[in-house]
Amino acid sequence: MTTRAVEPWTLEPMVGFVQEAGARLVLVMTSAGQVLAQHGFSRAMDVMSAAALGAAIMASTDEIARQLDQPPFAALNHQGERHGIFLAAVPTNRGRLVVLVVYDLDVSSLGLVQLFFGQLAADLRAASPKPEVPKQVLAADFERDLGNSLNALFGR
Amino acid sequence: MTIAPAGGGFARALDLVTRVRGVRGAMLVTGDDGLVVAEQLMEGIKGPAVAALAASVARRLGRAMETAGVGATLFWHLQAERGALLVVPAPSGLLVVAVAEPEVNVGLVRLELLRAAEGVG
Repeated sequence: MTTRAVEPWTLEPMVGFVQEAGARLVLVMTSAGQVLAQHGFSRAMDVMSAAALGAAIMASTDEIARQLDQPPFAALNHQGERHGIFLAAVPTNRGRLVVLVVYDLDVSSLGLVQLFFGQLAADLRAASPKPEVPKQVLAADFERDLGNSLNALFGR
Repeated sequence: MTIAPAGGGFARALDLVTRVRGVRGAMLVTGDDGLVVAEQLMEGIKGPAVAALAASVARRLGRAMETAGVGATLFWHLQAERGALLVVPAPSGLLVVAVAEPEVNVGLVRLELLRAAEGVG
């Protein structure tokens, strides 16, 4: 199974979580859908689609919570016949991150994922670096940064 | 002892187990998800963690029993240095879980777990 991180501090917490919770796929991303680390994906397209969809679901549930005048929902779980999807946010020094987990119902369970997600959230918070002064985004840097991220995630 | 909100039937089922001397808590756990349905636990026992891990063990044990050709699990008991975990699967798919002290009367707990499982079945 491939496990890769664009930001290395995310790797150890994610690997620990995958082992303990028996997760099949994991994405750690920003709330805008920028991937920081992934486990189990083999194709760049799958990662980008999953990140975009996960970020969109989080944005939708945040908006529902806002309309209900409630704080954002802690986590979302959706179970199918053989797999479950667990989506939750983690506040860190790097900003609010979103974690998407896909688990096999034969191997893991919502209880296990919830249990070890608590540890993952604590580990990510502890490992996240203090925020830096934001750089100006240049079109010239964008392609290079995107290329670097894909290289880090898929080793190309 | 903390008591999670639950239907009267579930509370009565757990009462059967927790009234046994040496039992530190009892829970009803969904076998598939490992989530707590109802619990009566002494302070210091992490209900959601015990539920998730007990359900995980139950699933694996169930598979081992089936592979060994001995049928479905009826009762299991894990003895540790400072206590014991006893579990009976109910026909509904719930697990009736007891956390007990090491010197608990295992036979009596088993009997009450089976009765509780019938009650929630």
